[in-house]
Amino acid sequence: MSTTGTDHVGAGSAKRAARPPRPPRERSGVPPLLVAPAALGLMFLIIPLIGLMVRAPWTELPDQLGREIVRDALMRSLYTASMATLTSLLLGIPIAVVLAHGRFRGRGLVRALVTVPLVLPPVVGGVALFTALGRKGVIGEPLHDWTGWSLPFTTNAVIVAETFVAMPFLIIAVEGALRGADSRFTEAAATLGATRWYAFRRVTLPQIMPGVAAGAVLCWARALGEFGATVTFAGSLEGRTLVMPSAVYRELEAGRPGTAISLSLVLMSISVIVLASLREHWISPARTR
Amino acid sequence: MTAPPTEPVPGLDVNFHVGRGNFNLVLELTVSPGRTTALLGPNGAGKSTALRVFTGLLRPHDGYVRLDGLTLDGPGVHVPPEKRPVGVVWQDYRLFPNLSALDNVAFGLRTRGVNKADSRATAAVWIERMGLTEHAGKRPSSLSGGQAQRVALARALAPEPKLLLLDEPLAALDARTRLDVRTNLRKHLADFGGATVLVTHDPLDAMVLASDVLVLEDGAAVQRGAVAQVARHPQTDYVARLVGLNLYRGTADADGVRLADGTLIAAVMAHLAPHDPAEVMVAFPPSAVSIFTERPVGTPRNVFNAHITDMELHAGSVRLHLEGSLDVLADVTAGAVAELDLVPGREVWATVKATETSVYPA
Repeated sequence: MSTTGTDHVGAGSAKRAARPPRPPRERSGVPPLLVAPAALGLMFLIIPLIGLMVRAPWTELPDQLGREIVRDALMRSLYTASMATLTSLLLGIPIAVVLAHGRFRGRGLVRALVTVPLVLPPVVGGVALFTALGRKGVIGEPLHDWTGWSLPFTTNAVIVAETFVAMPFLIIAVEGALRGADSRFTEAAATLGATRWYAFRRVTLPQIMPGVAAGAVLCWARALGEFGATVTFAGSLEGRTLVMPSAVYRELEAGRPGTAISLSLVLMSISVIVLASLREHWISPARTR
Repeated sequence: MTAPPTEPVPGLDVNFHVGRGNFNLVLELTVSPGRTTALLGPNGAGKSTALRVFTGLLRPHDGYVRLDGLTLDGPGVHVPPEKRPVGVVWQDYRLFPNLSALDNVAFGLRTRGVNKADSRATAAVWIERMGLTEHAGKRPSSLSGGQAQRVALARALAPEPKLLLLDEPLAALDARTRLDVRTNLRKHLADFGGATVLVTHDPLDAMVLASDVLVLEDGAAVQRGAVAQVARHPQTDYVARLVGLNLYRGTADADGVRLADGTLIAAVMAHLAPHDPAEVMVAFPPSAVSIFTERPVGTPRNVFNAHITDMELHAGSVRLHLEGSLDVLADVTAGAVAELDLVPGREVWATVKATETSVYPA
């Protein structure tokens, strides 16, 4: 026993030492051996971004961004990414509902197919789109013969390529939200006379809105950064299909690293804004319930 | 299953079998319009399964569910939940979190094609009837438990169902709120013209809210009948334990409950609010009754002189039926029966602590 005097001074006052003992520190579960590689990895992730900031031609930045070609690429990027997100919402939410609530054989297979674009190298996705929708493609050829309409190397092709790559992000987010959504409310709606469609619109959809929003933001960010599939399927034609990522690549290839860096900075700031808007969702995913 | 009856029965008329895994529920039940039947039983007895069948969320394997002569489930017939004139008050209320109280109540009218303005107007009447007008615009998350329960009741009643299902309507509420809500429920059940089925594990709720009771155990009915009769004459140990309850009606007094014959049952009256009606019920379980063969000294406030009219052996205890200044059921141990030489006809004194009683508005 090595109690200090304070414990004995007047049991009635019941006051412990004025300065409370240090709060107990729980031992962290991180093995010391992993700390060094973790720090190294972190530097690896951060230094390129710092490099971008350091080498950025800050003084020329306004001029660079004011150039017609840059403004054009930026506007097209924003437009196509938004259209791709809209398409993903219109097609992806129904897919998510089928995956989450459908009862049919081969649902696992469908889910696997849906996630293929996530792991597929984007350039392969672009080639695949070409074989399907290209002028000599499986669907593209009869379509072209019949209507004279051809998709590749148009702005719409950019949207298609971006949708192909980005929609799985939305589907996965929405399906997760649907699985977390409370079927008890759907039941209650049914006993109140709601058809499944009515219940979906007025009960389920409002419930999964945070998940839909998060999925849409992810989808949009992925579409905005899309390069491989877009370049393969839509090319990088100035004034038609040139979007920010392909513009960055083009500027670098043409020996204008300053412009490439400026464009990269723009894309990076958009990413940071997206990340900030998602932060709330990632940190407390259950709070919106 | 038995052959279908020839005459259509008004109200709810069911006779079905449904199995889920190892569990089987066989239920035969009729509830007339204006009547309330309690499905009473422990967890897992099949109460919720029965409720899901009534709503149409679960399809019975065979048998039928009929409502006012209309077949909802039968051979080759299954009316989906959204087409059934059935209102449900769920145990967890299930109020739509994204809609205001008013829009929750209007929901069942909107689904039936009533336009927005008219359905809201009707919903507002229901909200007012529940005394919730100032809460109409609130989301469910900012309502108290008692208020949410009332909104749930209004939502179920607004589309004017022919069958009202109450799933443990008081289970989620604290003791004080439970009294209020029980009173409110009684009032609205009295006004409701359709059949009502109350699912509960609480015999008190069954006795206060229902006219008839059906006791379910392991998926089968073990006893049914008028509430008072089932309570006084339990046919199995299980029912005795479940519904064995001394229940009296009287008027509230400062110290307790005054019965019609003048007998006063001392009780803790603090739970009653000033606005509660004077008409109250007082209840205590048979296990709260102590038996003495001589007038007890000491000062228990409730002492009733009576004689033993009947004795039943239940699992681990003996239930005494006493008649006298108060008719009481008392559970005593087999040891006490031998020690006190308790036999039918014997005069005894029964005592109950005021704190063992529960009082609630009738």
